[in-house]
Amino acid sequence: MSKRIDVKDLNVYYSKFLAVEGVNIEIKPRSVTAFIGPSGCGKSTFLRTLNRMHEVIPGARVEGEVLLDGDNLYDQNVDPVTVRSQIGMVFQRPNPFPTMSIRDNVLAGVKLNNKRISKSDADNLVEKSLRGANLWNEVKDRLGRPGSGLSGGQQQRLCIARAIAVSPEVILMDEPCSALDPISTLAIEDLINELKNDYTVVIVTHNMQQAARVSDKTAFFNIAGTGKPGKLIEYGETATIFSKPTVKATEDYVSGRFG
Amino acid sequence: MTSATLVRRQSHLTKGKLPSYAVWLVLGAALVFGAAAASLVGFGAVSWGLFSALFFLLGATAVTAVVEGGRKATDSLATYLVYGAFLVALLPLLSVLWTVLERGLPGISYDFLFTSLNGVTGAVDNASVANGTPVLGGAYHAVVGTLQITLWATAISVPIGLLAAVYLVEYGTGGPLTRAITFFVDVMTGIPSIVAGLFAAALFGLLFGPGTRTGFVAAVALSVLMIPVVVRSTEEMLKIVPNELREAAYALGVRKWRTITKVVIPTAISGIASGVTLAIARVIGETAPILVTAGFASAINWNVFSGWMSTLPTLIYYQILTPTSPTNTDPSTQRAWAAALLLILMVMLLNLVARVIARMFAPKTSR
Repeated sequence: MSKRIDVKDLNVYYSKFLAVEGVNIEIKPRSVTAFIGPSGCGKSTFLRTLNRMHEVIPGARVEGEVLLDGDNLYDQNVDPVTVRSQIGMVFQRPNPFPTMSIRDNVLAGVKLNNKRISKSDADNLVEKSLRGANLWNEVKDRLGRPGSGLSGGQQQRLCIARAIAVSPEVILMDEPCSALDPISTLAIEDLINELKNDYTVVIVTHNMQQAARVSDKTAFFNIAGTGKPGKLIEYGETATIFSKPTVKATEDYVSGRFG
Repeated sequence: MTSATLVRRQSHLTKGKLPSYAVWLVLGAALVFGAAAASLVGFGAVSWGLFSALFFLLGATAVTAVVEGGRKATDSLATYLVYGAFLVALLPLLSVLWTVLERGLPGISYDFLFTSLNGVTGAVDNASVANGTPVLGGAYHAVVGTLQITLWATAISVPIGLLAAVYLVEYGTGGPLTRAITFFVDVMTGIPSIVAGLFAAALFGLLFGPGTRTGFVAAVALSVLMIPVVVRSTEEMLKIVPNELREAAYALGVRKWRTITKVVIPTAISGIASGVTLAIARVIGETAPILVTAGFASAINWNVFSGWMSTLPTLIYYQILTPTSPTNTDPSTQRAWAAALLLILMVMLLNLVARVIARMFAPKTSR
């Protein structure tokens, strides 16, 4: 239920603007990888290329290869929809579907694709996904209520439940805690630790303590200046990156000397 | 005496403030002086109202300026001007409603609602005036025509308008086609309705021979007027659906067209429904395009594809312009006003239905 990702010489463009240049990275299955770096350095942009969400923006394109267990996501005949059903994503702002109940939000990946599912299977899937997102006990009595009535932290966990309900191989999280309070953040971080037993998790975060707490490996991105492309500066074990990084810029960033 | 016994006295905080009854005193004085001034130029409701409003405005501002100061005076002047503008805007609306109710209500009867004008001639009207019996003949055929033609016009324009808006918002990339559609939709919004009627008449004249007049031709003419309104309002509604919802659906591996039909449109449906209602309300009262496309009938015709049809606006038009009995026009005038009342009621009902639909489909936010 979990696959590795290898990125080879990836350049990411918005029309003619080169946003991220020359990324090479290997992400192991069943691990948590954190992307850190200053704002605008291309972390989120790069994350979105990992499930082909990048190309949703008009004019956006990539060069290079992203291999999911050896299969290139950017091969000519690959359908982005297939890619996205295997690589789920959780966004910065919680975005449950406002027209749907909590239950329907969890089942959205199934129902929106018009797949037939029996009531008992659906019930099981809802319970399993919500338990997986540590939300079941809080919402089990109001599954028919709208998802937008939950608190921000609960909504974000609902979005995680929605992502794992389609049983992806990889889960990408784009600053999932930046709109949440410390207690909800803790709940999500606990959840990430559990998710890594089954999934490959990649998380973008601005919070270096969070990266240190949840991730096995950390990648530091940086940008030379406005208008220049973002680059992957250093990638290694989280403990190494935060204690004795090899590159000066990484050390400056993690020690708080800039950024 | 250390225990704080608060003596009741006038608060320092309200010092230099007008008491709340002051405005009513000024209003009363303004009405009295207004009546006096009006009687100088010839007393009437209009002159009394105008003079009173003027005196009230001056008096209230002056009193406030003396007691509360210049800043407050400016504030009260602006406040009363805004209230005044609201009342002026409301007057014609109330006047229309009152006139239509006053003149239309006597004409509303079972006979009016459920019979047509078939066989009602000048002699019939003359007889009912001479004998003082109720006016015979009604607007049933026109109600049928209005509903049929509007329904068909809606059935034509809603799919076209909705799909065009979906193209503009979801698929259009700002290229020449998108810009051309937007431009022509804007141009179509300004088309005079008679031109739309002539277009439909000419089109069907070409296809089925000259003089082809049916309810369906009228429906096509009305849909020319409706489509731009539907496109515009739907476009605006689709634009305000947050992009995050689309991305959330894409990230679940949902195809684009399913995202549009199952996430984007349901999220915007209440706005789309009220846009469609406004478009219907705009065309239901059209007269000119109906005259040149559906002709005029006094008998009930349920079939939009053959035969002439009447709608409520054309019924009003003919009853006023060519009364059934040229010598006794009162029955025709009464029928016209009753039909006008009926038309207003239909539009109001439509608005009500749209609100119910919007309420039913609106995204739920309750906890």
